[in-house]
Amino acid sequence: MLVQILQTTGSVALISVALAIIISVAEKFLNNYGVCKLDINDGEKVLEVDGGSSLLSSLAAQKIFIPSACGGKATCGLCKVQVLEGAGPLLPTEEPYLTTSERENHYRLACQLKVKNDLVLHIPPELFNIREYITEVVDIQELTYDIKFIRMKLAEGDEITFKAGQFVQFYTKPYGKIKEEVFRAYSIASPPKEKHYIDLIIRRVPDGIATGYAHDALKVGDEVRLSGPYGDFYRRGGEGIHTLVLMAGGSGMAPMVSLIEDIVDKGLDYEIYFFFGAVTIRDIFYVERFQELARTYPKFHFVPALSGGSEGDGWEGEKGTVVDVMLRHTQNADGKEAYLCGGPGMLAASIKALKSVGFTDKTIFFDKF
Amino acid sequence: MLTAPPISPWIIFFASIITSNMIFSNFLGMCSYLSVSGEYKTASGLGKAVTMVMVLTNAINWLIHRFVIIPLGIEYLSNIVFIMVIAALVQILEMFFDRYMPDLHAKLGIFLPLITVNCAILGATLFMVIRQYDFLQSVLFGLGSGLGWWLAISMLAAIRERMAKAKLPPGLSGTAISFIITGIMAMAFVGFSGIFTIQ
Repeated sequence: MLVQILQTTGSVALISVALAIIISVAEKFLNNYGVCKLDINDGEKVLEVDGGSSLLSSLAAQKIFIPSACGGKATCGLCKVQVLEGAGPLLPTEEPYLTTSERENHYRLACQLKVKNDLVLHIPPELFNIREYITEVVDIQELTYDIKFIRMKLAEGDEITFKAGQFVQFYTKPYGKIKEEVFRAYSIASPPKEKHYIDLIIRRVPDGIATGYAHDALKVGDEVRLSGPYGDFYRRGGEGIHTLVLMAGGSGMAPMVSLIEDIVDKGLDYEIYFFFGAVTIRDIFYVERFQELARTYPKFHFVPALSGGSEGDGWEGEKGTVVDVMLRHTQNADGKEAYLCGGPGMLAASIKALKSVGFTDKTIFFDKF
Repeated sequence: MLTAPPISPWIIFFASIITSNMIFSNFLGMCSYLSVSGEYKTASGLGKAVTMVMVLTNAINWLIHRFVIIPLGIEYLSNIVFIMVIAALVQILEMFFDRYMPDLHAKLGIFLPLITVNCAILGATLFMVIRQYDFLQSVLFGLGSGLGWWLAISMLAAIRERMAKAKLPPGLSGTAISFIITGIMAMAFVGFSGIFTIQ
């Protein structure tokens, strides 16, 4: 009886082995596209890659990082790249993410397009700037009970070039019960002139994997992997713009520090209004720092606001939600651009409020988290 | 030794398209039939893919059944073997299309894995085994069943495309009206059963 059972299961196993071998052999022959040439930006860069994998991963292997939030699952639609020649037909998985004009301009999702032959690509040059940085934590400060400031130093001789307001992706390491590496995006809080270190301001999210790592596990001296810079949240300063209205809540402070210091460093001729909101006095930070700046740099105006202040907490600034406070100080949109960073609820409310005084989609820029 | 039923393979071929249609008389492969019938072009593409896979799996499964399963006396393990063969074949076909027919792959690519679990495919194999068809009968049965499935989903998709503009009571729109259409079409198809039938 045992022999019989072994015989029958063995024969089924042999059939599956045979099928697996056939599939593997077929894969070797059918999925082997040889070496393919990627011609980027009219021959500015010519790469040779092994065909058969997605354009996104082929480029990443060559250290060209196309922004992708979903990691190649065709759910975020961020990894759009112009493929001028050799792309083949549009796939059904790409269709929902491409507008008619993008289709006409040969945009494709890099995560879905498989490299099967030579391709001619156009990639915005600023993406070449995106790369990985291995850094070392040199300073950690508690700004409030749940917000930490973390300074990371780049490797010796390495430097980063970015626009104030952009973000980096921060890779965690396995810690505690978390067994895998995750990455999350955080805005850079240091100004672009500081090319040798990157500051982040991270608020603890309850049960957050990456923020939990940053708050509980990270120590001075640890190694941290970052990639970047990413994002289109940076100073535009369009024609006739003389005043910038900045508004942030909580850890939305980070890109604002970078934007403000960048303008001060460069001595740009903008009137700056910075509205910073928090709930109670224990949630607010950097107040003295910016009040000091307002004293020494007359074009900078700092308006902190508490929405949940209580009697006797010693708060002398504005009271109410930061959106209401901003609206009180901003009567019109003449020559103004608004830069917002905060949670989705605050952003929706402030965009609505700004539009009511004349701001438009062209003069409101925001960074949602 | 098994003996094949004394039916002409051509009768099997035509009967499996019309009177023994996979959808209209056996109600197999209903889930992709209902879910992918919104647009005629994709429905027709899926129909083609199903037809091709059905012919190939019937041929391969017949050979494996005749020369491996029966000699070893492991008929009770045949389902697992058939399913593995179908899965492997779909995998290879997908790579083949990706390489040599990128246009077809772009249209069928996301449906091919769906075919792995299309019960009409396994149904065709099991019917061929139960009815003890010979090789030619099996292949033509697979071809006929596939064409019949293709015909059914194309018809439903064509009707649904035209119905898209029709005003339906809210409770009837979508899947409900598809079932009613399918039922009416099934009645029409069964009306042919006086000509030839295989069951």
